[in-house]
Amino acid sequence: MSLQLAMPKSWRVDTKPHKFCPGCGHGLVLKALGQAIDELGIQDRTVYGCDIGCSLLSWDFFNFDSIQTHHGRTTPVITGLKRANPNLIGIAYMGDGGGYAIGSQHLVNAASRNEKITVILVNNTQYGMTGGQMAPTTMPGQKTETSPYGRDPEKTGYPTQGPEMVAAVTREGAYVARGTVSNPRQLRGFIKKALENQIQGRGFSFVEVLSTCPTNWRTNAEETWKFVEKEMTRYFKVGEIKVPEPRHEEGK
Amino acid sequence: MPEKPIKGEKRYFMTGNEVVAYAALAAGADIMYGYPITPQNEIMHYWTRLAPRYGKDFLQTEDELSAGFTTVGGVLAGKKSFTATAGPGNTLMQEPVSMAEAMRLPIVVVIQQRGGPSTATVIYSQQEVTMTTIGGNGEGFRIVYSTATHQELFDYTIKAFNAAWKYRFPTFVLGDGYQAKMRESLTMYDPEEKGIPIVPSEPYVGKPGVPGVDRPPGQYRNTYNVEEELYEVVENLARDFNAIAPEVAEYESLEAGRSDLVVVSHGVISRAVKEAVSELREAGASVGYFRPVTLRPLAEKELRDAANKAKAMLLVESANGQMARLIKDAAYGCKAEMIPLYKPGMGITAEEVAAKIRSILG
Repeated sequence: MSLQLAMPKSWRVDTKPHKFCPGCGHGLVLKALGQAIDELGIQDRTVYGCDIGCSLLSWDFFNFDSIQTHHGRTTPVITGLKRANPNLIGIAYMGDGGGYAIGSQHLVNAASRNEKITVILVNNTQYGMTGGQMAPTTMPGQKTETSPYGRDPEKTGYPTQGPEMVAAVTREGAYVARGTVSNPRQLRGFIKKALENQIQGRGFSFVEVLSTCPTNWRTNAEETWKFVEKEMTRYFKVGEIKVPEPRHEEGK
Repeated sequence: MPEKPIKGEKRYFMTGNEVVAYAALAAGADIMYGYPITPQNEIMHYWTRLAPRYGKDFLQTEDELSAGFTTVGGVLAGKKSFTATAGPGNTLMQEPVSMAEAMRLPIVVVIQQRGGPSTATVIYSQQEVTMTTIGGNGEGFRIVYSTATHQELFDYTIKAFNAAWKYRFPTFVLGDGYQAKMRESLTMYDPEEKGIPIVPSEPYVGKPGVPGVDRPPGQYRNTYNVEEELYEVVENLARDFNAIAPEVAEYESLEAGRSDLVVVSHGVISRAVKEAVSELREAGASVGYFRPVTLRPLAEKELRDAANKAKAMLLVESANGQMARLIKDAAYGCKAEMIPLYKPGMGITAEEVAAKIRSILG
């Protein structure tokens, strides 16, 4: 019996193994994305933008066209691209720092304008590439390089509720969900629905993914899994937050 | 839908911002991305009125970072894309421009300079020269046309789109608030009817075929792992930029190689300089002028020639020596003494220039 490669068809085999740390969640997210794109058969018109931070390591990950942009600026690059050629499927892939801190104005405004793009945001509660600083998503009490005694919500606020924010500023037609690398099958479904939403031209689609960073969390496999499954879900509720159906209106 | 906005040659009397919008149409621009800032707003106002009539598009973004990066996205999709900004907006614009520089993306940016530093005035200056020519965390691999008249705003906006797509470097049209807001006469034309071919655009991504099956994927990055890798990239950029420089560089001069004093200026100030120089030459003074039309790249050879033959160069600008830094750098080691006439954020009249020339020539 030969070993079956469990790689999506749309992955670039010659750039594997990938460049992420052992235990990193990016590989699982990108696998779910690859599978969703295979299932939808849109490899030929997908354009993938990745941000700065660990997400940039995926610039040559897939067998589709891609652009590695600047920190926080993937959303406007993909927006500009989609506006110029609406036939393309634009995916903006970023971390929580890129989407919720330096690029938050782009995320909020792209969502408000209901841009027909898909944003996939990987939330691992800190800045991975720069060495584990506090992010907008850092958990209360969580130790990072810039919150060495634990995040104090009185001084630095509570973790950003990204999908809830995006859901609040989008009209019907948008798709918003929060998935997790601890449930890849569900995650693949969310990403697929987000892409379908774009294909059908309904509106903005956004999937946040709870992910892992054992390198900066300084956790072993068991602790890593416990953190993403038990700790993160205390603040970040997994599930679909907005699905593209018209709102119920009185008298209709 | 009428295909061409301008047919034949026609005289117009309008503001500079309106000229830019028409010129972008004439150049075949497909989409503008913009954010409001004075004094460039009317470029957007006229573009948004004209664009739908010709099947063109517009997106108003949340800030100039987004305006610049959406312009980058438009170019990647293969559309002729541009934006316009000024002052603090130009500051933000440097980030997307540095990405365009690194990745050879032909974005076109129109700058209508306002006063600086900070919010300053919305009216006029030549204080965005340093930022426009060598801003960002890079090496200034960009083409910058500094216009002086409405005719030039029209001609060089068309040229900017052609140069951007021919050479694949980000390209600026550097105007100012005076040019943006004043009205004057010009002749508009369809460039192709005049024998100016329009350089076609082409997509970087989304080409036909399945990537990895029918063709290699188009994958673009601006980040590198090690010094050597980056060094090679920047060396290639520098080599390519230097190679096109003699072809791109433009200047105007009058008796620059045969006068004791050469007055150097750019943009709208060169109009005052020309007037002053002509007047004093008629009176027998040994004075000429040199006006770089491209501030990046500079016509270095011709400038150095003038700087070696003249006794002195008078550097006139509405900034505190921003053009002068470019000129002195290019003319390093040349024999002419460099004399400043700097009025940051202020207009400069022909009378002021003439008085300064007289005081130098004695």
